[in-house]
Amino acid sequence: MARLDTDRIRKDFPILSTTIYGKPLVYLDNAATTQKPVQVLDMLEQYYREYNSNVHRGVHLLSQQATAAYEQARKKVAAFIGAAESDEVIFTKGTTDGINLVASSYGRKYLQPGDSVLISAMEHHSNIVPWQMICEERGAVLKVIPMDKNGVLKLDELPGLLDEKVKIVSLTYVSNSLGTVNPVHEVISQAHAKNIPVLLDAAQAVQHFPIDVQELDVDFLVFSGHKLYGPTGIGVLYGKSVWLNDLPPYQGGGDMIKTVTFAKTVYNVLPYKFEAGTPDISGAVGLGKAIDYITELGLDTIREQEDMLVQYALTEMAAIPGIRFIGQAEKRSSVVSFLINDIHPYDLGELLDKQGIAIRTGHHCTEPVMDYFGIPGTCRASFAFYNTTEEIDLLVAGIKRAAAILQG
Amino acid sequence: MTINEKQDELIEDFELFSDWMDKYENIIEMGKDLPLIDEKYKVPENLIKGCQSNVWLQPEFRDGSVWFTADSDAIITKGLISMMVGVLSGHTPEEIVAADLYFIPAIGLQNHLSPNRSNGLLAMLKQIKLYALAYQSAAKQGHK
Repeated sequence: MARLDTDRIRKDFPILSTTIYGKPLVYLDNAATTQKPVQVLDMLEQYYREYNSNVHRGVHLLSQQATAAYEQARKKVAAFIGAAESDEVIFTKGTTDGINLVASSYGRKYLQPGDSVLISAMEHHSNIVPWQMICEERGAVLKVIPMDKNGVLKLDELPGLLDEKVKIVSLTYVSNSLGTVNPVHEVISQAHAKNIPVLLDAAQAVQHFPIDVQELDVDFLVFSGHKLYGPTGIGVLYGKSVWLNDLPPYQGGGDMIKTVTFAKTVYNVLPYKFEAGTPDISGAVGLGKAIDYITELGLDTIREQEDMLVQYALTEMAAIPGIRFIGQAEKRSSVVSFLINDIHPYDLGELLDKQGIAIRTGHHCTEPVMDYFGIPGTCRASFAFYNTTEEIDLLVAGIKRAAAILQG
Repeated sequence: MTINEKQDELIEDFELFSDWMDKYENIIEMGKDLPLIDEKYKVPENLIKGCQSNVWLQPEFRDGSVWFTADSDAIITKGLISMMVGVLSGHTPEEIVAADLYFIPAIGLQNHLSPNRSNGLLAMLKQIKLYALAYQSAAKQGHK
């Protein structure tokens, strides 16, 4: 397997060579969003300069070119996640949008009073609130797979939770605040044994390791373009065609219709049925380019590099006096959540920022996780393949300096 | 001292520090001067919830002036509110309502008051002004 030439790769990401407060940027907030390679930036500019036009209905050349580029991006996504057909790929605004779509369309058709939706204790708010909303509307209840103090799901409780009232399981593949990689194969197989479909939130997964939706046999899978080195505002919902054909549309509007009269509208076929209005064409084209970039590097190589970085970080950070790691799953992604003694995460984040080090602090949109651990939030460093061990050394030194100031 | 004289003094203090870390050490030090809110007033009504750090604020109207006590769970936030409370406490509702806190951008801390900040500081400043406004209108109506 080819080793990554980090020096060369970093040159693809212009922002990585900028300075903040006069210090070289150390960007360790990749779980929030990733930086964009120049290949993606050029693609966006090229789209707007050379063939910007609205898709699908135009007879003129530019519209045909824009449509071709947009549909080409859909094919790239389909290949990237191993979808059987590109019609199973719906472009959305992002992970949150995709979950809202499924919660709304699936919930309206299948949730009855007394039914339940099963999620996990480590979900992002975006995989809690849409389900709470539809549950409230339909008189259904939200149930939770619990986790242990290491941030690992208590899978032994799953068979008991998967009763006949559960109509769908919606689970994060990788926890954004703990880094835990969940045993999704096991969850899917247990749910399917009871004919319950599963949605996977892959927002923190697709950028780290290869995913094959057919091998997973997952019913729905959602992720965001901007965490995959693509633009913001574009995301993907994958759904098995049998499900997507079965569900009612989410939003009405242009492009999602076949015919409209005031008496009756006939909906369009997949994937257009779920893409009302002018889509984020440049975003899709940019995402396609980001997928090209990732594919060329190779997700196996990326995983190897990020595993090396997170192991290095865990080892080096463990020597910081008073450090406590939140989330200690064995199978983990390149996210490290931590606290230093009783220092408030906000204070530490502020002082790291002034040293040029960007991490995230707070509850990471997982308040129930923070409540479980009885903490206001954590400091979270998250690594991408373009990060270096030197940057981790700067993080460790930065934490020590900040802690010295904050602990007087 | 007037509100602006206090602000000018703070700006002068901070001119000593060119390094951000030194500036923050000074901010944290200032937090030690904050008149702390009585524990019994740390109730939800006095809590200004930021996304990340929380601020408790309690006003008192005494002899025509408004006095504040406060606290925060984050020590940088505590230093920042200490400066704000120090500048505004002891002044009339009219003076507080009219105050322009120019010392914050002058010290380079304007990002702490931008709407995307999660420390609750902007909300606290709004709350301080609301209290002052309420005392002002109560006084106008002849209430104590």
